Amino acid sequence: MSDNGQHEDRAHRGVSAKTMEIVVALLTLALGLVVIYDSRRVGAGWAEDGPQAGYFPFYIGVILCIASVWTLWRTVFSGKAAAGVFVSHKKLRLVLSVFIPAMIYVAATWFIGIYVASAVFIGAFMYWHGRFAWTRIVPVSLSVPVSMFLLFEVWFLVPLPKGPLEALIGY
Amino acid sequence: MEEFSSLMQGFNVALTYQNLMFMFIGILLGVLIGVLPGLGGANGVAILLPLTFTMPPTSAIIMLSCIYWGALFGGAITSILFNIPGEPWSVATTFDGHPMAKAGRAGEALTAAFTSSFVGALIAVIVITFLAPLVAKFSLQFGPPEFFAVQLLTFCSFVGLGKGHPAKTIAAMMLGFALAAVGLDTVTGTLRMTFGTTELLRGFDFLIAVIGLFGIGEILLTMEEGLAFKGVHARINPRVVWHTWKQLPKYWMTALRGTLIGCWMGITPGGATPASFMSYGIAKRFSKTGEKFGTGEMEGVVAPETAAHAAGTSALLPMLTLGIPGSPTAAVLLGGLLIWGLQPGPLLFVEQKDFVWGLIASMYLGNIVGLLIVLTTVPWWAAILRVPFSIIAPIIVVICAVGAYTVHNAMLDVALMLVFGVVGYLFKKLDYPLAPLVLALVLGDMAESSFRQSMLLSRGEVSIFWSNGLVGGICALAMLMLFWPVITKLLARLRRGDNDLDEARPVE
Repeated sequence: MSDNGQHEDRAHRGVSAKTMEIVVALLTLALGLVVIYDSRRVGAGWAEDGPQAGYFPFYIGVILCIASVWTLWRTVFSGKAAAGVFVSHKKLRLVLSVFIPAMIYVAATWFIGIYVASAVFIGAFMYWHGRFAWTRIVPVSLSVPVSMFLLFEVWFLVPLPKGPLEALIGY
Repeated sequence: MEEFSSLMQGFNVALTYQNLMFMFIGILLGVLIGVLPGLGGANGVAILLPLTFTMPPTSAIIMLSCIYWGALFGGAITSILFNIPGEPWSVATTFDGHPMAKAGRAGEALTAAFTSSFVGALIAVIVITFLAPLVAKFSLQFGPPEFFAVQLLTFCSFVGLGKGHPAKTIAAMMLGFALAAVGLDTVTGTLRMTFGTTELLRGFDFLIAVIGLFGIGEILLTMEEGLAFKGVHARINPRVVWHTWKQLPKYWMTALRGTLIGCWMGITPGGATPASFMSYGIAKRFSKTGEKFGTGEMEGVVAPETAAHAAGTSALLPMLTLGIPGSPTAAVLLGGLLIWGLQPGPLLFVEQKDFVWGLIASMYLGNIVGLLIVLTTVPWWAAILRVPFSIIAPIIVVICAVGAYTVHNAMLDVALMLVFGVVGYLFKKLDYPLAPLVLALVLGDMAESSFRQSMLLSRGEVSIFWSNGLVGGICALAMLMLFWPVITKLLARLRRGDNDLDEARPVE
């Protein structure tokens, strides 16, 4: 194998599709079991006045479990169902580079309100992913929350989460 | 011609300045949503739904359905110019649309796509106009068992006609039903699967699920591809349009076939995406120039576009008449109807005549307005796609967050949206279909209550589902749909006469 090939091999390394198939199928199986358990708890049978609250969900849980086991069976015993890489480490890093900031953004909304958080999020994203100059980052990241503010708070009178800054200007 | 006079009445309702303005705004927003990655018909409508709560229901549904038409049109722009399908149903349009654009015939490809979309939609609306009142009248005699049977048919069609493996379709669907069951059971007053938390009392709102699954999930997937849009420039002038229109009539057979496939797949919820692929495949097989498909044949643009638009439009027929949406976007519109206090179903045609016929009339007008708008504004939309993804991505995340928050003014929903985003990403990558999940989440309560009422009627006997010809017929059809892949496989094997025992796989 050439040097180039080895390099390519490394770039394609990552979580295997088979592992992910199994993980997701196990998760749906677990959810199915939770549904069955809870339906049994509230009663999945027949009361005097008709079916109990768990009557319908119980069967949903059962079918969910059967479908999950079916997928597990296919993945483990017939090799052709899942082959290759689910996501390479390189791509996973890219995905996380969006998802983790998005999580921080949502968390920050609790404290500083959605407008300030949005401005910071858009600005930071443009800086890290797009390598834009400040002369472009500042107008874009400010204009989006300002137009959101006009649209929601002023015209449609739909209140969004606000923080200390909005309190300062009287909202 | 009772329908005709009702329709004229509908035009009276729809043709006010205010409604025309909402139509215009709706189409523009829709094309924008269709062009942008991460925003589509379903989550676009979901995000804008809360803003329409204060509007009169007729204006609101006109605007929201126009967003849907706009999104259907918009998907073609990115497919043809950028080889990036903006919507799943425009994947088949890229096969011949993009080669045409690269050969310098972008204007022709776009005109052909828009015009065939328009034709597909128009025929589907005509079908709705005359079929919907009949279906509604017919379904007035439906009882709970019949309604449950129709819902069964809906979900069995997903399993049988869907592209994914049946195990995954069923798992996604059951997940939707399970999520729909969370919260307060309205019949018995019991708390289900809340595990002592008060936040889960409300249950899972499907709008949040739609925004997360389709919006955030799509952004994560797009990010993975490391986006660099490389597009073909397009100019449309009246001469190109006229030139293309002169060529189109010779593909009338392809268009008609595409429309029929689309209407069928839209009414039985196969959806626009499989319809577009099926229409493309059939056109390729029957066309005289079938072997040239994929190199830039106009017929290869006409076929998927007519089917996708016809399916997208006719998906509203079961939504209005039976309360059972044929696509995720129709499901979101159904959610809107419920929020405005309108109960979709056969009675809607009796009690809310103005609303129903206003909506149907707006479908005619909306598609005409849509065709004119997209033909005149293509360069703008192409310019929007040249904005770097590192600007568009965070803005779309912000829009999704705002949309998720405004549904219930709850911060927890925004966090849930992110969770659904991860689920959407995983499911998309592992080929779990998302549409059955969303539909099950929307229909869960309705399916459960019609099942329960049937069980009450029969005192727990399942045999009620084949107790008369009507309900038995629908159930038999449902079973036929469910086992369709197996049946076609068996038939093919009988015909060939060989008996190799490879694993049963669903047909495309």
